[in-house]
Amino acid sequence: MGSNAGGFDFELVKRNALLEAKGVPPPRAWKTGTTIAGVIYKDGVVLAADTRSTSGSTVADKNCEKIHFIAPNIYCCGAGTAADTENVTAMVSSHLELHKYATGRQARVVTAMTLLKSHLFRYQGHVSAALILGGVDLHGPHLFTIFPHGSTDALPYATMGSGSLNAMAVFEAGYKDDMSREEAMALAARAIRSGVYNDLGSGSNVDLCIITAGGVEYLRNYEFLQAKTYSRVFPVKYPPGTAPVLKTKVTLSEVAVIEGVESMETDS
Amino acid sequence: MSIFEYNGSAIIAMAGKDCVAIGSDLRFGVQLQTMTTDYKKVYQIHDKLFIGLGGLATDTQTLHQRLVMRHNLYKLREERDIKPSTFAALVSAIMYEKRFGPYFASPVIAGLEPDGSPYICGMDSIGATETAKDFIVTGTNSESLFGMCESMWRPELEQEELFEVISQCLLSGIDRDALAGWGAVVYVITKDKVVARTLKGRMD
Repeated sequence: MGSNAGGFDFELVKRNALLEAKGVPPPRAWKTGTTIAGVIYKDGVVLAADTRSTSGSTVADKNCEKIHFIAPNIYCCGAGTAADTENVTAMVSSHLELHKYATGRQARVVTAMTLLKSHLFRYQGHVSAALILGGVDLHGPHLFTIFPHGSTDALPYATMGSGSLNAMAVFEAGYKDDMSREEAMALAARAIRSGVYNDLGSGSNVDLCIITAGGVEYLRNYEFLQAKTYSRVFPVKYPPGTAPVLKTKVTLSEVAVIEGVESMETDS
Repeated sequence: MSIFEYNGSAIIAMAGKDCVAIGSDLRFGVQLQTMTTDYKKVYQIHDKLFIGLGGLATDTQTLHQRLVMRHNLYKLREERDIKPSTFAALVSAIMYEKRFGPYFASPVIAGLEPDGSPYICGMDSIGATETAKDFIVTGTNSESLFGMCESMWRPELEQEELFEVISQCLLSGIDRDALAGWGAVVYVITKDKVVARTLKGRMD
């Protein structure tokens, strides 16, 4: 298939299905395990996420980013298969950027939500992305949950991922209408923290993203919960020559040498 | 048995101070039968960019050929070498295109960005990227490679010590993997040169 054709390429599907039929298990994709959450407050939206990525029971990434950029006024938390959440949000982000050039207007949150759900519904849940979409547009703050099969909800507070029950318990106990920015940030961070500590699929740190009409504050590692608990007093240091080298080959890189540079013509 | 364990592989990339290193084992086998012991799984893209491809050898070779082609097209159009972070996005897009019928490959990318900062990143078979400031591993026994790297890596390693650390991690990790080993190769990339070293390992 042409590299600019877009869409998926099913060239290897038959071969891979044949292998699977012969009893070879399919590869394990990276998942985001995940606790993600979002809450609307007095004048905006707070999105929050943990930072663990897993492959089976192995932690693949201890500090990954799950709050994805959609537009300057819209962000999206992703749970599910890591490749799907990364690509589906990037695709919608690109669509909205072009839409902005066509209309000359700021993107609306419902537009992003519709693009996401129509893509997910088309693939009948096989593109496994569970999303929390938040943003502020001319109609004010919005928060949506989008399920892998393409259904959506508009809610004042929402959670997703394997730690969604832990996070929702915190929201159900602590949510109030018209919270202040600080209250909303504290509640969202506490919701993620309950996922980090009580759900094995979630872990490490808390990322926050606060979206208001005035702008966005992306707080990467807002709470740094899991630094290494140990450090060696005497770090192991290998002196040069420790590893048994059989052969060495040094290749000098091409260095561009520009002699007698002429200054660029300018008006002054 | 997973198809990723058909040929066997072990790959590590590590970041240091103004330098990066990437290395692989040298075994190429078909299940438990060793075919060759000089099969490098790390490929050079340009002076400051390498990619390691673990997984099923037939797919890693196809993928490598496609990546070389795309880099050649990029050079014709842009008249410059590709940035490691841009190359990672390209690899990811190529992998995700086959979301429902993937290449059985897991790439590891290591290079120096134009400003001289180290760049390392890893991917799963459907193009989910993970950039790290410390190290990336993949292979048939990634757990033992993870364990070695997690305890041996330190920030700000100079190029000579980075080589010793990545070599110890690779050689010791490989010793606990029946499907990888038979020596290793390590590339240390700095702003003015690439040093390729072949390491002696256990031959069992």
